[in-house]
Amino acid sequence: MPPIMIVYYVICLFIVGMLVWNFIREKDDRQMMLLYLVVLVPLVLRILRIH
Amino acid sequence: MSRSGAVKTLFVAVTATVAAVASAQFYQHRHHRLPIVAGPAVTRVADLSEYGAGLKNTMADTKVFFLEGKEPGGHVLIMAGTHANEIDALLSALIFVENAIVEKGTVIVIPQLNHSASVYTRPGDGYPLFYGIQTPWGTKEFRFGDRGASPLDQWPDPDVYVHYPDGQLLSFLDARNTNRSWPGRPNGLLTERVTAAVMRLLAEEHVDIALDLHGAETMFPVTNCIVAPEQSMRIATMVSMTITAMEGFENHVEPSPKGFRGLSHREIGDHSKTAPFLMEAPFPFLDQPTGPKTHDLLMTGRDPFLLSLAGQQKLFVPYDASGWPVERRVGQHCSVALEIISQYSRKHSDRAIRISEVPRYADLLRNGVGFYFHDPSKAKPTRVYFD
Repeated sequence: MPPIMIVYYVICLFIVGMLVWNFIREKDDRQMMLLYLVVLVPLVLRILRIH
Repeated sequence: MSRSGAVKTLFVAVTATVAAVASAQFYQHRHHRLPIVAGPAVTRVADLSEYGAGLKNTMADTKVFFLEGKEPGGHVLIMAGTHANEIDALLSALIFVENAIVEKGTVIVIPQLNHSASVYTRPGDGYPLFYGIQTPWGTKEFRFGDRGASPLDQWPDPDVYVHYPDGQLLSFLDARNTNRSWPGRPNGLLTERVTAAVMRLLAEEHVDIALDLHGAETMFPVTNCIVAPEQSMRIATMVSMTITAMEGFENHVEPSPKGFRGLSHREIGDHSKTAPFLMEAPFPFLDQPTGPKTHDLLMTGRDPFLLSLAGQQKLFVPYDASGWPVERRVGQHCSVALEIISQYSRKHSDRAIRISEVPRYADLLRNGVGFYFHDPSKAKPTRVYFD
């Protein structure tokens, strides 16, 4: 795996972490909760190398 | 559990279920193994990584079939799957592998040149993940691929793709397109490593002619044609005239532009002794203004919107209610490929290539494509290769 690909996977992991953190912190807005999860799906699939 | 916690748990469960179902489908597609029955002429099967170590243990490594005649002669390379969503190329290449008898010379076939592209498609565009060809022994199932290599294997895309060695600036999308990465380099992007390996194969195996099989939109002017650079032009012109006169379909000749880099028909000619030809069969599935991208459209090429556009003379090929079915497209590829080999052999008797048992246009219209595929469960296990 070339270095630039590794960097992009690290960026992916960081964004996943941010989304999970925001999802946990969200208490009231159900739309935002769902939005965090929907955005999370392709990033998680990419990290798991399923496309 | 608080009400917020219960809602979150429900949302996570629903999202995880949707993601799991999608993942299972994507995983199945990426790891689906296509059985290829080696025909009587296949004497050797190699991996492309034997010509480019940078492909070893990657999803871009692919099978290379050698069909060697008893009598020495010229060498032809047939490449399919440069764009893995242009299915007629793969189907035609497999017909050669499974049926051809080579009497003189050598035929080399790479059925899935951009193998990484064959394990990735566009579900977001409504593309089917698989397609089936009816055969006398059942349905042969194929992965439906994409134009470019999978981003799992080559990622991220650059903002601008700089072609090597010319430095021409191309679309970022073309970084994963093996028909923009010729002649390639052994330590470059994955797609460049693929084309560099083929360039080495061309040199080491002394390949005389290289055929790159494609499909193109009916609304794209470079369709239903042979694209040829200067050194291939005479043969391409003879083939076009002969095909029109003898087989009843048109296949015009397009000159390979000198200023557009990275394409097989340009770079193979400029960087090797091999004469390249790129063959385009009309492929309505790729046209933008069609109805849903269904399996039926893939097989028949029938679409009411294209029919309407044909009435307004917006298409570059004749088009009627019968569409442009798969047997017609594959038949064109087989006939044009055979005719190129025949015309080359006439002009170079010392490097002639003689092939039989490969069906032509009329045979495919009569029997269909599946008629020419052999049942892998009935073949000797040592003659079945998975790609």
